[in-house]
Amino acid sequence: METLAMHISNGIINGPVAALFAVIALAAMALCVQRGRLDLDDRLAPMAGLVAAFVFAVQMLNFPIFTAGVSGHLLGGAIAAMLVGPWVGALCIAVVLVVQALVFGDGGVAMLGLSITNMAVLGVAVAYLLIALLLRVLPRTTAGLAVTAFVAALVSVVVAAMGFVLQYWLGGTADLGGNLAGLAGTMAVSHLFIGIGEGLITATTVVTVARVRPDLVYALRALKPAQPATVPTVGGVR
Amino acid sequence: MNRRLWGFLAGGLLVALLLAGVVSNFASPHPDGLDSSLRQGCTLDADGEIIGGSCPAQQEKEHEIGGPLADYGIAGIDNDFLSTGLSGVLGVLLTFGVAGGAFWLVRRRGTPASSQG
Repeated sequence: METLAMHISNGIINGPVAALFAVIALAAMALCVQRGRLDLDDRLAPMAGLVAAFVFAVQMLNFPIFTAGVSGHLLGGAIAAMLVGPWVGALCIAVVLVVQALVFGDGGVAMLGLSITNMAVLGVAVAYLLIALLLRVLPRTTAGLAVTAFVAALVSVVVAAMGFVLQYWLGGTADLGGNLAGLAGTMAVSHLFIGIGEGLITATTVVTVARVRPDLVYALRALKPAQPATVPTVGGVR
Repeated sequence: MNRRLWGFLAGGLLVALLLAGVVSNFASPHPDGLDSSLRQGCTLDADGEIIGGSCPAQQEKEHEIGGPLADYGIAGIDNDFLSTGLSGVLGVLLTFGVAGGAFWLVRRRGTPASSQG
């Protein structure tokens, strides 16, 4: 009875649209490698490996949501964007998805471009844009950081889900009888609740790292220049 | 790389290993938001198998590879707890190795132009 597959299975989206998104995903990942290299130093590289491993682990932890019989799990875009930045963060999520598809039979290999576009590209991009905005306007406190992480995670999950709806509109294989709105509705509502879980996990993770090693939170480094350790209660002295 | 960073990484990896190796067994067995959305319109039996109606999930096709770790278990291990936990541990180590290794290989070398601390 365990339904452990969590990503898009083969046959759900037609071949041409899957191929189109494979090209989009490849182009986006190439850009991320190019830009991410500038961020990747001796410290960020192993940290990014840890972020990918952590996202893999937490994605396994399906949590129950509002309605009986439906669960949700972390996508990880906001955690990655916050801890290692948008470029390397997108690559982290992509690595997780590739490992899951190639080794764990989760998500069709032919569907990888669709999933990478939704979770690694859209999810991380939306999360980072919100992080950049919110960290500037919210108070520079632990609460401000937590709210930033929560909101960025929630919104990024809903946007990633809507990415799938767009893909289904373009190349879904079942005839919904013109009822795409129904699919959009269930995806939106379920992912709104999943987004709350994602937000709580993201806020907890980011605040924990910021307390232990604020210097390892990319967003705090990149978005708050000329400020020393920004989370109170932490010495931040190395 | 300094020792404190390695300490943090080891701690983080340990947390990930515990989550994937132990906590994963307490995860909800229900289909996730995507899966359940794709089953809207179908009638399911107690095991979640589709027994009637019409929904997008009926178009699902076989995975290209499958493999011994398919569906987060280990083929041949009958104990669910062990099977899920070990596959999770392997997944965490593999992901850390692949991602960390790749990032290490493409990292920027030499002295950073603008020190990030």
